[in-house]
Amino acid sequence: MADTEATTGPGTAADPVTRWRPVAGRSLAGARKASRSTRAWRVGSSAAIVTAVVLAVLIVPPLVALDEQAVHLADKLLPPSAAHPFGTDDVGRDLLVRCVYGLRVSLLVGVVAAVVATVIGTAVGALAASAGGWVDRVVMRLVDVFSSVPHLLLGIFIVAMFRPGVWPVVISVALTHWLSTARIVRAEVLSLRSRPYVDAAISGGASRWRVTVRHLLPGVLPQAGLAAVLMVPHAIWHESALSFLGLGLPTHQASLGTLVQGARSSLLAGDWWPTLFPGLFIIVPTLAIAGLAGAWRDRINPRRRSELML
Amino acid sequence: MTRSLPWGPMARLVGRRAAFAVPVLLAVTFGVFAVAEASPFDPVKAYAGTAGLTASQENLDQLRANLGVDKPLVSRWWDWLTAALHGDLGDSSTLRQPVADAIGERIGWSVLLATTAFVLAILVGSALGVLAARRPGGWLDRCVTSLAYTLEAAPPFWLGLLAVWLFALHLGVLPAGGLTDTSSVAVTAGQVSRHLVLPAAVLAVSQLPWFVLYVRQGVGDALGDDPVRGARARGLAERTVLLKHAFRSGMLPVLTLVGSRVPELITGALLVETVFSWPGIAAATVQAATSVDFPLLAALTALATVAVLLGNLLADLLYGLADPRVGFDG
Repeated sequence: MADTEATTGPGTAADPVTRWRPVAGRSLAGARKASRSTRAWRVGSSAAIVTAVVLAVLIVPPLVALDEQAVHLADKLLPPSAAHPFGTDDVGRDLLVRCVYGLRVSLLVGVVAAVVATVIGTAVGALAASAGGWVDRVVMRLVDVFSSVPHLLLGIFIVAMFRPGVWPVVISVALTHWLSTARIVRAEVLSLRSRPYVDAAISGGASRWRVTVRHLLPGVLPQAGLAAVLMVPHAIWHESALSFLGLGLPTHQASLGTLVQGARSSLLAGDWWPTLFPGLFIIVPTLAIAGLAGAWRDRINPRRRSELML
Repeated sequence: MTRSLPWGPMARLVGRRAAFAVPVLLAVTFGVFAVAEASPFDPVKAYAGTAGLTASQENLDQLRANLGVDKPLVSRWWDWLTAALHGDLGDSSTLRQPVADAIGERIGWSVLLATTAFVLAILVGSALGVLAARRPGGWLDRCVTSLAYTLEAAPPFWLGLLAVWLFALHLGVLPAGGLTDTSSVAVTAGQVSRHLVLPAAVLAVSQLPWFVLYVRQGVGDALGDDPVRGARARGLAERTVLLKHAFRSGMLPVLTLVGSRVPELITGALLVETVFSWPGIAAATVQAATSVDFPLLAALTALATVAVLLGNLLADLLYGLADPRVGFDG
C-alpha cells in the first residue's frame, strides 16, 4: 500500500504548494497521507481481530469442553466477574461462551449468505453485460425492481412465508444482497470489454462464452471478492435483525440476534450485560472486516481510495 | 431569488417515474403472491386455526373456495389487485380489522417518527460533518469519523435497548416505550412528544453515520477546490468560506442521496418501532410476519415499495432544483 505513494507528492510537507496553505485548507487526501502510520496500525489491528474471531469460532467450541447450554440457576444474572468475564444470563449460562457460540452461528450464516449472494450477483451481472441488448435491459430493470423493496422487509417476508430457521435466513439474506454485486460486476465487465486484450481474443476467434469466462470474469473477481467480504458484516447484521424480531433462528440456538432478543427481559429488570456484549460482538468484527476490506480495496484500486466505504 | 421553478421538466420527470412505478408495483405484488404460493404456508389452515385439525375435508374445501384460494396464482393476484384499486385490501387476521383501516390508523405515527428522526439526522449529521471536514485528520475529525463508523456497525435494535436501559431505567428521565403513559386515556401532544424522544433519537442516530461521512467527504473535497481558495484569497472570514462556499457545494452530492436513504429508514423504523412498541406500521409489519398475516404483509410490502420510489423521485427533483446543470432527465 505505502509503496504506491511518492514521498514528495502533493500533500506532503516537501510540496511548496501545500506548505503555505492555511490549516483548514488541507485537503482530505493530504490528511490521509499524513496518517500512514495510523493506517498501518488500523490494518494490523483489524487483521489481529479477524484472526482472533476466526480462531475463536473454529477452535474454541471443539477443543474447549464448555457447554454453552449448561444451566446453573444458582448463578443467574451475575454481573461480569473474573469467573464470568461477560456475566451470566437469566438461567445462569456463561455469556462469554454463549457469545462465542453465537458469533460462530452468525458468522457461518453471514459467510454462506455472502458467498451465495456473490455467486448470484456475479452470474447475473456478467450475463447482463456480456449478452447486452434486451437481455441486459430486462435484467437490470429487474435489479431496479428488486432494489425498490427495502431489504429487511423482503427478508422478513421470505422468512415469514417459510418457516424460520437457518436456511430461510440464509436464503432471504442472499436474495436481498446480490443486487449491488450484480451492478458492480456488470459495470466492471463493460469497462473490461473495451480493453485491447479482449479485442485480441475476439479477433483470434474466441466465442462470446469463452471471452466471458476466460478473459472477463478473472478480471472481475477481485472486485466481486471485495464485495463478498464487505457483504459478510451486512449479512451478519441482517441475520441478527431477523433473529431479534423473532423471525430468524430459533430462540434456543445462540446467535448474536437471539442473544439480544433473549436478553430483553433481563434488560427491563435493569441488568445491562446480557444485552451489551452480544452487540459488541457484532460491532467489533464488523469494523475489523471493513478495515481489512478497505486495505484490500486500496491495493486493487488506488484511484478509488477517496471513496467512502459503507 | 425569484427564479421561477421549471414546472414543465419537473412534471415530465414525475410522469416518467409514475410510468415506471406501475410495472414495478405489478412485479413486486406478483412476486409477493408467487413467494406465498411457493411457501408451505396454507391460508386455510391459518384461517381455521385449531378447528382445522378436526374439520372434515368437505368443510376445508368449502372454506378454501370461500377464501378464494383454490384459484390459480395469477387470478388470485388479479383479484387482489383489482380489489386493492377499489380500496379493499382484505382483512388482517392479527389486527382483526380491514387492512386499509389498520394502515390508516398507524401510518401517521410512523411518518411522525420517521420524519422527526430524518430531520434530526440531517441537522446533526451536517453539523458534525462540517466540523470534521474543517480540520481533516484533527482530533475532532478522528473522533467524529470513528464514532460514525462504530455507529454504522451497531444494530439499531441494540442501540434502542441500551437507550431504554440508560434513559428509562437507570436515569428514569424518559418513558421506555409506547405512545402514551399506561395510565392516560387520551392521546395528548405532550405525552406523545415525551414518548417520541427516545425512538426518534435512536432512529436518528442509526441514520446519522452516513450523513456525517458524506457531508465530511463533500465539504472536505469542496474545501480544496478553486472557488474556496479564491474566497480565502479575497480575505473572507473563515466562517463565510466554510458555510457559504464549501458547505453549499459540498452538500450537492449529499442531496441526491437523501431520497435513496428511504429503504434504510424503513429498515431502521422496523427495528426501532419494535423495540419501543411504537404503534406504527413498521411494528405492525413485524407482527404480521410473525403470525403470517398475508393480506397485511402484502399491502405493507407494496406500500414500502411506493415509499422507496417516492424517495428516489424526491431526490432527483431536489438535485435538479439545487443544481440546474443536472436537469430533470433522469
